Formats: sequence, structure tokens, C-alpha cells
Amino acid sequence: ISSCVFVVRKDQDIYVQTLRKLFNESHGIFIGLQRSEEEFAGKSRKTQLVQVSKNYRSVIRACMEDMHQAAVSARDPALHSQYSTQVSILSAMELIWNLCEILFVEAAVAGPLLLRLLDWVRLHVCDVDNMVREVLSSENPSKHELFWNVVDVFVLQGRMDEARHLLSKEASANPTSVNMCRILDDLMKKMPVPSLGNTQTLTEMELKWQHWHEECQRYLQDGTFASNSHMESICKILLGDENAILEKKELMTTWYHFLVTRLLYSHPTVKPMELRFYAQSSMDLFLGGESSPEPLDTILMAAFEFEMHQVIKECSIALSNWWFVAHLTDLLDHCKLLQSHNLYFGSNMREFLLLEYASGLFSHYSLWQLGVDYFDHCPEYGRVYLELHIERIPLNTEQKALKVLRICEQRQMHEQVRSICKIMAMKALRNNRLGSALSWSIRAKDAAFATLISDRFLKDYCEKGCFSDLDLIDNLGPSMLLSDRLTFLGKYREFHRLYGEKRFSEAAKLLLMLMTAHIAPCSFWMTLLTDALPLLEQKEVIFSAEQTYELMRCLEDLTAGKSDKQKFQDDDVETMKVEMLRLALARNLARVIVKEGTLEGS
Amino acid sequence: MASPAPPGHAHCPASLSLLARRRRAAAANQQRRRQAGGRSRREVVVVAAARAMEDVCAKFVSQKVSKARWRPLPAAALQPPDIFATGSWDNEDNRISIWSVGDLGSVGLNGEYQGEPQLLCDIRHSGDVMDMQFLDQERVVVASSTGNVTIFRHHQNNQTLSTNQRWEKAHYHVDRSASCGGAACTGVICNNPEVVTVGEDGRINLLRADQKDAVRTIDNADSSTLHAVTFLRTTEILTVNSIGQLKIWDLRQQRNEPSQIFSLTGDRVPLHCVDRHPNQQHIVATGGQDGMLSIWDIRQGTMPVSLLNAHEAEMWEVHFHPSNPDHLFTCSEDGSLWHWDTSTSVAEKPSFLHQGGRSTTYFSHNTINQSLVSAWLSNDPTKDRMEITNLIPNQTLSVNSLDILGPCLVYGTDAEAIYVNRHLFA
Repeated sequence: ISSCVFVVRKDQDIYVQTLRKLFNESHGIFIGLQRSEEEFAGKSRKTQLVQVSKNYRSVIRACMEDMHQAAVSARDPALHSQYSTQVSILSAMELIWNLCEILFVEAAVAGPLLLRLLDWVRLHVCDVDNMVREVLSSENPSKHELFWNVVDVFVLQGRMDEARHLLSKEASANPTSVNMCRILDDLMKKMPVPSLGNTQTLTEMELKWQHWHEECQRYLQDGTFASNSHMESICKILLGDENAILEKKELMTTWYHFLVTRLLYSHPTVKPMELRFYAQSSMDLFLGGESSPEPLDTILMAAFEFEMHQVIKECSIALSNWWFVAHLTDLLDHCKLLQSHNLYFGSNMREFLLLEYASGLFSHYSLWQLGVDYFDHCPEYGRVYLELHIERIPLNTEQKALKVLRICEQRQMHEQVRSICKIMAMKALRNNRLGSALSWSIRAKDAAFATLISDRFLKDYCEKGCFSDLDLIDNLGPSMLLSDRLTFLGKYREFHRLYGEKRFSEAAKLLLMLMTAHIAPCSFWMTLLTDALPLLEQKEVIFSAEQTYELMRCLEDLTAGKSDKQKFQDDDVETMKVEMLRLALARNLARVIVKEGTLEGS
Repeated sequence: MASPAPPGHAHCPASLSLLARRRRAAAANQQRRRQAGGRSRREVVVVAAARAMEDVCAKFVSQKVSKARWRPLPAAALQPPDIFATGSWDNEDNRISIWSVGDLGSVGLNGEYQGEPQLLCDIRHSGDVMDMQFLDQERVVVASSTGNVTIFRHHQNNQTLSTNQRWEKAHYHVDRSASCGGAACTGVICNNPEVVTVGEDGRINLLRADQKDAVRTIDNADSSTLHAVTFLRTTEILTVNSIGQLKIWDLRQQRNEPSQIFSLTGDRVPLHCVDRHPNQQHIVATGGQDGMLSIWDIRQGTMPVSLLNAHEAEMWEVHFHPSNPDHLFTCSEDGSLWHWDTSTSVAEKPSFLHQGGRSTTYFSHNTINQSLVSAWLSNDPTKDRMEITNLIPNQTLSVNSLDILGPCLVYGTDAEAIYVNRHLFA
């Protein structure tokens, strides 16, 4: 039998310190999205959703930059590689999200679609950036051995202005090629690009494209560039020659770069639904059967095929966190793209993923607070999940308990409110903090517990002869009515106050009322009667005749209730007390009869 | 300037570096209204202001921030504060951190990060940081949920933090020696070299920074939890507790009883924070569990002078502006931070509503004897005005702590972020 203990964690990435920024900042965006008004119709709603998507991406990017800084400054190689791995995961996440944003959220149409994809490739293919920087910063770029590579990179990414700028350097440095450079430059300048606005129709664009394409074809066929293989290959690229483009495989590094370049020079007005064919063939051509597609390739391919659910499924498998799929799915759901899909378990995919993510947050020592809002936005099971999770939050301080309590109270989770208050009241009781314990049970409206604590107070009083925690008992206010025993405690303390203030007749009335109205527990009657003794012995007569009879009846009720056997067991003190009371009552009665008789007579 | 984005993952064309810049888009003004709750309660109208938001820098710090405090300025300092301390809570590994918002980091990263707080140094702290106060320029006193009270020293020459003094389990339940016997220390206040602490154990400790043993301890000072403490005068302190009481303790007297008890009427709503007017010592502000702001005049009566319906959940802190006490700041569990301003000139503006350049509504109350009676104490809601601004437009999680010094505001949240505004009155 293996003696290992494994720590099983639901969502591994939750525990990465740097990623906590991602969770916290995206939480704000998520809440904003849920609150955002649905009444924005059509275009403005779409603009809003694209903005939300960009905000999510900027958070990923900010996190990536922090992680990169951490990797750079990490001295420990293991730590360095751990950070670097995280950077590449975040980078892949952003790559996928960006593509989903173009294809699903923004749903770019033929024309603008290509421009968006070009931006996407430029943003994410950055392996060549170092080379570009090196060549551009060299003294004489056109003599640099990598010069033509850089020109090719610009052409492959459709960065025509930059490519032309470099060509002009070649022209000035190499007089023999001036003419060739001028022609190529002219071709690049004239290349038609789809417009973002509605300034030209697709047909216009296609016509212009056809025309330009024929012009390129002419120059290639009449051998204008025959003497310069670099320029000839560029011309072939402009013509969309697949083999010429594939020759630059190293400069593109990925099949999706190849795809976008291919589209740029052969199908600039590609429609969203045609993407899948080009994507598949581009991947096949680029990988050439040498390597099999990796998870990232599969995910991107699914996106190009508009298989949204496949994208989410593959991401769930490939990524070590629920953050990505939960937030992406929620966004797509707000775009009204997922409605038709119901799972055979749970309610729907959005809710299922949000629940998974939020449960992960709740398993974390500190991030549980974020999880609450995610559960709130799961209409079907969110509440149940929250109820189950919130009770498991360890409550080490009252402040934390108050925060958890606030969450429950805002959501009318009465059961949980009661249980939290009970836990806190028990803790306070264990620590001998009767005042705090009572406060907690009053907050929970827990009558039974309030009775229990009141009994502790009374017991303390009987033992010590004075009250503890007067500041609390004197300020019970309406909460006194929570339990009978608490009411008695409050009233009994009031009696003591009145007595202390020498307001004897009020005190006497209250004392009697505590017994006759059966507010006082029977076990406490003897104490109350003993308390009446000093009042009976006052110089002035305080109890009226009627009140004295009542007191006598109370005393007799008390003694009569006890069996002979009990009486026998009672110690002498108790018997003496009863005797003293009887005597005091009789004397008081005598005095009051005289007094009342005199008053009536006069 | 060339983008300093690291190779390998980030090539940022202009449009996206703009995107990466992000940082708190100012939100549309949201108006929140709350109705007056009781007889003496005033209605308060608050407008979320976008104006101040451009000046706010945020930093996500990967820990929930329970306290944020500016380091005090040396006497006669002219420049605004530039160093603050934060404490975290509810982490497996809590920390005290010292931050700089000076020009130190302005040339460091991208231009857009200018003014973002830079971490100078930090140190582990056992337990949640429950409260924190600077003792002087170098030392900060920290209250812990473990019952410990610790003084940390910030060494400015080599930017390190070290423990200077510690009172183990200054607050404790029944058995101090038991491993878990500590009771959370909930509040601390300093008047160098004196330090006063209060806790869940209802105990008040009077400590001296240079003495290992407590100068004085009042056991069972309160039967409920003491939530906060502040100095009223050098020899008197104010405490608030979980059954809505405000108590004055005279430390010269040997009696272990408060010299005065004030309380909210009837409903026993717990009070969480207390602050005293810096110039008029009889004016005291407290914040409660229901988010209500109470103003007390401790010269008279036992009940608050005014109750102002404010936040929707616990008010965690209330602070008069130390040098400009017509301004008051409160923050709450509901994720809002309010700026209360009674300084607006009252004479000229006749109408209840003022259509100014800023979208702010004024609340009116009494102007009689304006020159004599502080605006905080007047309670005739007809003439005097109070301008209230919510400084956080998109509130989510709790704002646990705030501090103001000169024109600078710092606050920390459960969303693991710290925010600094250096042009509060701009």
C-alpha cells in the first residue's frame, strides 16, 4: 500500500499567485457584462460586446506581461521555466480568444474579415520581431544578410508600407535594380485592400483585384524580375503562388499565418463560411504530414470551422483552468450564440462552466469572495452551490463572519444566516464571552440559544451576587422579547436598577409582576422572594395589602409544590429563609392593614 | 518610443497598446438614491462622479487588502505624501507591504504606468491584518487576528522591514497560554510612544512602544466586541462596540469603567469605525453595520446628533480630512467610497438643486449660526448643504480601508487592488 497523500486540487491555476490579478480584474468585467443592458439592440450591442471581449484580452495581456517580468527576474531556473510556461499558456489563451472575438463576437463579414485576421497574425506571430529589429537598426540594412528575409516578412504579413520603405533603401544602394524596385514598389502600392467602411462594394473590390492581379502576372511573365530571385519570389507571393509562399515557411512559423497570407494574396474577399476549406488545406500543406496537429492547432481549426462547442470542449481539455472557458462561454452566450445547446446534465453549458470555475474559487483560501458573484449569475443551480459552499468557509474572525453573513443576508439565505450566527455564538460561549454570544443569537433570532445564555447570566448572578456585562443587559431594547428568559433577565436587571435608584414602589410592583405574570422561571422564585425581603423591612410600607397577599400566595405555591421528601432534603438555610419570609410578610401585612385603615378613616 | 514589450509574446501595434493601457474607464454617471429611514434620519443623494477617476491609479496586488495607511509627513513638509503601507487579510500568507507612489517608477516601465504604486518591501505577518497605524515616520503598529500586536520598522536606507517590538497575544480569551487562545485585536491607535489596542475579547490595552509589558490593561472593559478605538484627548479614548455603543474612557482614572456611554437608539446596530474631528474635539463620527453615518456631539446628550443613511452594507472606515475637516470620507462593504463635503458655500445658492459643471446634487441643512456651529452638527435639513460624491463608479467587492493625507487618497479592496488618487481636490 502506498503511503503517499495526494493533495487533489480542482483547478490548478487558481493557486498561481500572478494569475490572481486575472481572476480579480476579470471578475469586474464579468459583473459589468451581466449588468450591461440588453436593450442595446443591433450595432451598439455588438460594439459593447466587442469592447467587453477586448477588455478580457487586455487583462490576459497585462497578466502575461507581469508573468514575463517575473520570468525575467526569476533566478531559480525551475521557477523561470514555470513562469515561461505560464506566459506561453496565457499567450495561447489570448490567441484563441482573439480569433473567437473576430469570428464569433464581432462576426466580421467578407472584406473586413481579412483585415481582422491580418491584425491577428501581426499581433501574435512575433518570433521574427528580433530579426526585423536587428536589420532595421543595422547601419546599412540593404547589405544585411537577412535584409530580404525582413522584406519577405513584411510582404507575408501584408505590411506593404514597411516593405516599400525597405525597397527604397535597396534602390538607393543598388543602382542596377532601381527600375525593378520601382515596378515592384508600384505593384505593392496599387494592391487593392478591402475597406472597413462601406466605401466600396465587394464586386468593386473584386474587379480591382482582378485587374491588379493581371498586371502582376504580366510583369512576372515578361521576366521583369528574372535577374533578381528575391524580387521574383515576392512577385510570385503577390500572385498568391502557394509554392512561393510555402518556401517562406520558416518566416511564417505557423500554419495559420500561412492561411492568412494565402487568403490575402489569393482570396481577399473570403467569406466566413469559406474559411474552413482554406484552413484545413493550409494546415495540411503547411504541416505536410511531417508533424501531427497539436491541441492549439485543433482548437484554432475548430474556430475556423465555426464549431463553437468544439472550441470550448477542446479548450476545457487542453487548459489547466476553468477561467478561460467559463468567461469565453459566458461572453458567447451574451452574444446569443449558444442558445440551442443544452447538456444532458445540469442546465446549460454556460452555467455548467461557471459553476465549475466558481467552485474552484471557493476551494481557494482567499478567492472565495469572487465565486459568490459567479454563482449569482447561474440561474438554475447557482443558489444551491452557494448555499453548500458558503457554510464551509472557515470563520476565524468576527469580521470575516460578518462578511460571510452579509453575503447570506443579501440573498435571503436564512438557513445559512442562522448557522453562521450559531457557530459564532457557540465560539463566544466557549470563550466565556457571554455578551458576544448573546449578540450573535439575537442577530440570528435564535430564541433557544438566547434562553441558554440568559440562564448562564442568571446562574452567574446567583453565584456571584452581581451581574456581569451590565452594559449589554441594560441595552437589550426590543431584542429582549426574543425569548422569555431573556425578557426576564432584562426585567430582573431593571428591578435591580430601580432598587438601586431607591424607587422602591416601582421596584416592588415589577418584582411581583415577574412572578404573577409567570415571566420568572419557577426555579428563580425563591431568589425573587428573598429580594423582596429588604423591601418588606423598609421603614415605609411599600407593598399594599393586596400585593402582600399575592406575595404570600407565591411563597405558598412554591413550598406547596415541593414534596415532603424534597422538603426533608432542603438544608436549614432554605427552611430558615421561608420562615423569615413568612415573618416579614406577616409583619408587613400588619403594618399595611393599619396604614390603609388609617388612610381610609381620615 | 519603441515598445519595450518583451520578445516572444508581445508585439503591440498602436491600437493594442492602447487596449493594453486600459485602466479604469470612467463609467457613466450612475445616480443612486436612498430614502430616509427614520425620523431624524436625513435623506442623502449621491452622485457617482467620473471626474476624479482619471487621476486614479490602480494596482492589482494578488492579496485582499484590509488596511492602507499613508506614512505621516515630517512636520513642515511641503510635498504631498508618497509612501504608504498596506496589510492583507484572509490569505494563507499575509503581508505588510510598503509602497511608493513617488516619481521613482515613472521612467521604469511604459509611460502609461506612470504613478502606479511600486512595491518597496514587504514582510510576512501572522494572521489577518485587522488594523494598522503609523507610530512615526519609520514604525508602523499592526493589529493581528491572532491577538498579537507588532511594531514593524521600515528601514529606508536599504528598503527592508523588520520586527521592532511584539506583544504576543495582547488580546486573548480564557486561556492565554493555550495554542489557540488569542482573540483578534480589532483596533489600534497611536500617540507616540503610547499605543492603545482593543479586541474581540472586550479588552483595552495601553502599551508603550518601548516597553515589553502593557502599561495598563482593562479586562472585560466591554461585554461585546470592541471594533475600533481613537484618541479623544491625550488621556481619553473613544471605543465603539458591536451593540451600537460609543464609550469614553479616561485613562487617568483607575476605575475600570467608561466615563461616559453613548448609544444608538434601541436597535443596537453594531458600530465599526470611529473618528474624531481634528479641530473640534467634541464632534465624533461613527459608521455602523447598516452603513449609516452617525455624527455625535459628546458635550451633550447620549444619542447621535444626526444619522445619515449612507452605504448599503457595513461602513468599515470613516475619516475626517486631517487638515480640511469639512471633508469626510467613508468606505463600505458594498464597494463604495464616499466623499462628504460640507465646505460648499451656502449663502448664494438658493435652490435645492444646483446645476453646476459637475453633476452633483446638494443636500441641504441648517445654516443658522454657520460661523459658530460646525456644519457637521447642524441638523435642520432645510438650508445647509452637503455635497456627497461616490468616488467608485463600478463598485463590486468591499472597500476595506482608506486613508487621506493632503491631496492624496489611498484605498484597498477585497478585489485585491489598491488605488491611489493624488489630486483629490483637483
